[in-house]
Amino acid sequence: MIGLEHYLTVAAALFVIAIFGIFVNRKNVIVILMSIELMLLSVNINLVAFSAHLGDLVGQVFTMFVLTVAAAEAAIGLAILVCFFRNRGSIAVDDINVMKG
Amino acid sequence: MSVADFAFYCFASVTVASGLFVVLARNPVHSVLWLILAFLSSAGLFVLLGAEFVAMLLVIVYVGAVAVLFLFVVMMLDVDFTEFKAKMAAYFPIAGLIGAVFLAQLVMVFGVWQSADGAAQMRGAPTPDPAARHNTAALGDLIYDDYIHLFQAAGLILLVAMIGAIVLTLRHRPNVKRQDVLAQMYRDPARAMELKDVKPGQGL
Repeated sequence: MIGLEHYLTVAAALFVIAIFGIFVNRKNVIVILMSIELMLLSVNINLVAFSAHLGDLVGQVFTMFVLTVAAAEAAIGLAILVCFFRNRGSIAVDDINVMKG
Repeated sequence: MSVADFAFYCFASVTVASGLFVVLARNPVHSVLWLILAFLSSAGLFVLLGAEFVAMLLVIVYVGAVAVLFLFVVMMLDVDFTEFKAKMAAYFPIAGLIGAVFLAQLVMVFGVWQSADGAAQMRGAPTPDPAARHNTAALGDLIYDDYIHLFQAAGLILLVAMIGAIVLTLRHRPNVKRQDVLAQMYRDPARAMELKDVKPGQGL
């Protein structure tokens, strides 16, 4: 039987990869959004692993809520991205300085 | 090694490897496809943990909706992604450093923690025996009883997200002809056309 630590290791590896991805793709907002999705996925793996380990179903309920928020975040983020691209003609993070004081 | 162990190692390695390819792929379309593979294999991990409902939710919501949304946006935006990739090598050392620091922190935590005394008594909702009550049914009992307000708040979040996405991306182009239903209904034949009596050989 696979123990809890194995799942936590997978989730930790995924989380570190996502952080690495945010910094290595600093110019590309789309890949940054995908990295955030990967982060939320690793959190979900943690929640479900602890839920199965402790025999508590609440972890899976919270996984569902994290999933909901992640879907909403992706939809809003991509909508902002499309809107930004129409106005500026690029998606480079450096160009997002319209609101600077 | 049992079949479940073998399946775990397969799913885990595919999840981590495809996560790495999401980050490092040259083409964002390939990134999205690797993201789909990562979601599918982590759904396999969830099935191994006995969370079938969440696994199927992951397949339907992430692979069916979110990943397709990403694919749609990547293909719709006309962006030159090669210039991003040219700058990627410059960020590699600092990103690797941050990743290594974070990994070191996680490794330091590894194996040091322990469960609190009486953690089993502090469970919010003990998982029923899968043979007696299936995972989906047990989760449904919990969501529609104890977490009904949170569940409705989640629905509200999705509604607000939907309206926000539509408001952000809706635009009326000036040179596109649209159907104006009221103008069509109020159109009067007496004013819409005019009869002219043209005399032969004269014209208008």
